[in-house]
Amino acid sequence: MKSARKPRTLAAPSTEKVRGKRQPAKTNPGAKLRLRARRWEADTLKRSLARLPERRARFVSDSGLEIKRLYTPLDLGKNDYLRDLGFPGEPPFTRGVQPTMYRSRLWTMRQYAGFGTARETNQRYRYLLKNGQTGLSVAFDLPTQIGYDSDHPLAEGEVGKVGVAVSTLQDAEELFRGIPLDKVSTSMTINSTAAVLLAMYIAVAEKQGVRTESLQGTIQNDILKEYAARGTYIYPPRQSMRVITDIFAFCRKRLPKFNPISISGYHIREAGSSAVQEAAFTIANGIAYVEAALASGMDVDSFASRLSFFFNAHNNFLEEVAKFRAARRLWAGIMRDRFKARDPKSCIMRFHAQTAGSTLTAQQPDNNVVRVAVQAMAAVLGGAQSLHTNSRDEALALPTEDSVHLALRTQQVIALESGIADTIDPLGGSYAVEALTDQIEAGALDYLRKIAALGGSVKAIEAGYMQSEIADSAYRHQREVESGARVVVGVNSFEIPEHPARPVLSVSPGVERLQRRKLAAFRKKRNQRRTMTALENIINTAGGTGNLVPPILEAVKAGATLGEISDALRKVFGEHREI
Amino acid sequence: MNSLIVRRILGGDVGAAARLMRDLDDEIPAARAALRGLYARAGRAHVVGITGSPGAGKSTLADKLVEAARRKGQTVGVVAVDPTSPISGGAVLGDRIRMQRHAADEKVFIRSLAARGSVGGLSRSVFDTVTVLDAMGKDLIILETAGVGQDGIKVAGAAHTVLVVLSPGQGDDIQAIKAGVLEIGDIYVVNKCDHRYSEQLARSLLLALEGTAPRDGWTTPIIKTEAVSGKGTRELLDVIGAHRSALVSGRAWERRSMNMARTAFMELLETGAREFISGELAREKRWRRTFSDLASRRADPHSAARSALRKLLNIKACK
Amino acid sequence: MNEKKRKIRVLIAKPGLDGHDRGAKVVVRALRDAGMEVIYTGIRQTPEAIASAAVQEGVDFVGLSCLSGAHNNLFTRVVRLLRKKGAGDIIVFAGGIIPAPDIPKLKKAGVREIFPPGTSTRDIAQWVLQTAKEL
Repeated sequence: MKSARKPRTLAAPSTEKVRGKRQPAKTNPGAKLRLRARRWEADTLKRSLARLPERRARFVSDSGLEIKRLYTPLDLGKNDYLRDLGFPGEPPFTRGVQPTMYRSRLWTMRQYAGFGTARETNQRYRYLLKNGQTGLSVAFDLPTQIGYDSDHPLAEGEVGKVGVAVSTLQDAEELFRGIPLDKVSTSMTINSTAAVLLAMYIAVAEKQGVRTESLQGTIQNDILKEYAARGTYIYPPRQSMRVITDIFAFCRKRLPKFNPISISGYHIREAGSSAVQEAAFTIANGIAYVEAALASGMDVDSFASRLSFFFNAHNNFLEEVAKFRAARRLWAGIMRDRFKARDPKSCIMRFHAQTAGSTLTAQQPDNNVVRVAVQAMAAVLGGAQSLHTNSRDEALALPTEDSVHLALRTQQVIALESGIADTIDPLGGSYAVEALTDQIEAGALDYLRKIAALGGSVKAIEAGYMQSEIADSAYRHQREVESGARVVVGVNSFEIPEHPARPVLSVSPGVERLQRRKLAAFRKKRNQRRTMTALENIINTAGGTGNLVPPILEAVKAGATLGEISDALRKVFGEHREI
Repeated sequence: MNSLIVRRILGGDVGAAARLMRDLDDEIPAARAALRGLYARAGRAHVVGITGSPGAGKSTLADKLVEAARRKGQTVGVVAVDPTSPISGGAVLGDRIRMQRHAADEKVFIRSLAARGSVGGLSRSVFDTVTVLDAMGKDLIILETAGVGQDGIKVAGAAHTVLVVLSPGQGDDIQAIKAGVLEIGDIYVVNKCDHRYSEQLARSLLLALEGTAPRDGWTTPIIKTEAVSGKGTRELLDVIGAHRSALVSGRAWERRSMNMARTAFMELLETGAREFISGELAREKRWRRTFSDLASRRADPHSAARSALRKLLNIKACK
Repeated sequence: MNEKKRKIRVLIAKPGLDGHDRGAKVVVRALRDAGMEVIYTGIRQTPEAIASAAVQEGVDFVGLSCLSGAHNNLFTRVVRLLRKKGAGDIIVFAGGIIPAPDIPKLKKAGVREIFPPGTSTRDIAQWVLQTAKEL
């Protein structure tokens, strides 16, 4: 067994001391390098600076990490290749989770899409698949995400807006009509109602004649970040954690190829966090899920390899690449040392990445194409398993088909023309990237300690800690943009007068009316007694300790709607309110 | 016109009441006249103050108390005070977030106030706001302080029943115990009682309270709650009701009411006097000699201040 | 004379089911830093709860934020409810992902100003200060 990795401090450690311990001083290459570096600073650099001062007194990353003028082997400090980097497909997975990475199989190009009715969205999916997309990613509207049927009063105005409306099994069937569920993998951005949508997916597959065991895909199912950053919670944290572990246990038995969770830093970052906070809070939440699963009686190696992650690919290129690598290494260490995972697969952090929606500007929207390309490259160089590239017009409205097309082409150009996918972790060994990787890891460890002191993620979120840390970062960022300290091209520099002429996609209010009609007809047609019995069964199970997924699956098949199932659980669990 | 406003507020007009509160907060003289009509009709509500360190869960507790009181059919007013930024003069009034689910309940009136730099942290207009809610007929008025430093102490003079909220694991709670809140609490609440250190906190609190004599025939209880889930909050409301009964039957209710009136009166006197004095001092010319005497050490500050006070208070003070 | 003493009070609210509160929270702080008293309702508010809160808090302005595309429905309902409660004098402004074609419609419905993505918070604060003068 390898020795546990020691957390490193934020400041670059003194190389002299470290190397000095390991090797006799006279053969110390660090000393010689240090001497030469000092000489370079005193002579060459000093002369140059006198002639040509630097653009800024201090360069910092998006997260406020100081970016040095030059990185050399001196910055790698205690870094030990075998222990800290190793080989792809082996712990600590810093260089990648598969032995061949993109040389064997490119990442999954997975564009998040959904709007209006299931029928419209189904057409968009078929379009994307025809154009070379390799996986589906379902965006649901807010009522579906928060457990209200399309005809609920609180759904008014929201139906079909940020995603597709799915209230019934019939909607789910229309959504996947003509799409072979044994061939595609489907990712669903669904959290507090994840069990219901998973049940619908299984029911649709069964109707298609597809075996449950062969289903591939992911449900987001990450409620903690909903409390901290995204807001689509229903039940209080502890009750939600129970549903999540029920889903873990169910998937382990019935959907072995399905990822029962996607632990998401993406929305934490979108809400304004720094890269370090994104990595730290995501991993802290991951720890909480593992602990909850262990507490429910599961063995760590029976589920850990199916945990998946979801990160943001932001603008600050090197920091982002470093973030992905640091997160991977941190997670591997935590799974091995803290949770005593024996299977190396349990220590693997597989992740989906999406380019940063919050960096898209309404001004000069075509500039967003370039931002997305840079961010997507960071995700690829960071070793993502799947990727969504945003469309240029998302700061204005829902993306049009043209824009979605261009976003997908961006990935294809990176994958097949740029060459960066042809060797594994090409930035590994870069002095700058390795130093930043170490720095982000150390910063994240600091946060993890603070969260542990507060009693873990659930307590930290209940105390509003993550929320206020995120809000502080968001405000700092905004002030930097407004003071001009942070340049946003086209917004606070290089502005031009513009007329918003680009066509935007909007969802017609007719969608809501149509959904209402469909729901009414659906409710009329079903066997009321069977539906009610199934719902009562959910209530009874929720009051006890049994796994909730089977009765939810039964209820879906019995014609219960998403809102009815969620209401049944609300009765037992209560509702969470903002902290 | 004033009598019309008074009539409307007594009749339960939320908009009129809110506007009057605003004018009182902004110190509009005409509003004070309207308050006169309301003051005579107030005095029935049970005012419960909540104090405790930031993060102890005061707002969440207040929210759950509103819920419990509504279940009992009581009408409720909430006044939540947050600090004013000394730099900008602005304020973020964030307590409402946790109580906002009661917004559409007509029997609940929630008002956020900024401290606006008043000494002691309770907003200067807290007393007026409570008067308006009281006159509107609210049975229970919850007064939530910003909960930093001295505000906690101040609330003792503004409420019939004072809740001191502590929560474990913040380290500063034992400090709070030392800092003098032990003298003001009628009920101690150990919130977040599922925390592993909550027993420890309750024990040290019990120890610290041991020596204190019962006040107004009331032995201060320690109640454990978990405001996030609502655990213990109904019991807490019962204890709050019991405190009221104890005050009433022990004739201490009048004493507390008198004390509250005194605090409000003192606050106004002090504010008036301070404003009057700073107004006088602003007339530089008149004081130039005094200042230069002081600066050149011809006079000492104590004597100068005393003679100035004598002079100022003989003049007909206060507008 | 007394006018000088009047503080500007603003309610910032998130109507509907949308949980993206980054912008709302940033605006809350920016208005505070501009010297205003700002009440924040939190996310997932019904138009009814927002209008009631605005009335109880005696605010001069209500600022609404919505990124989910439900703005047409939600913003106009808030305006209508304020009027119904006799608080039509409260000035409503808004931000979020609001497509350009919707802006004139919303203004006609009673939303005084719309701040699209990328608006500087200084501009928002400046607008509130300026507009407050007419109160």
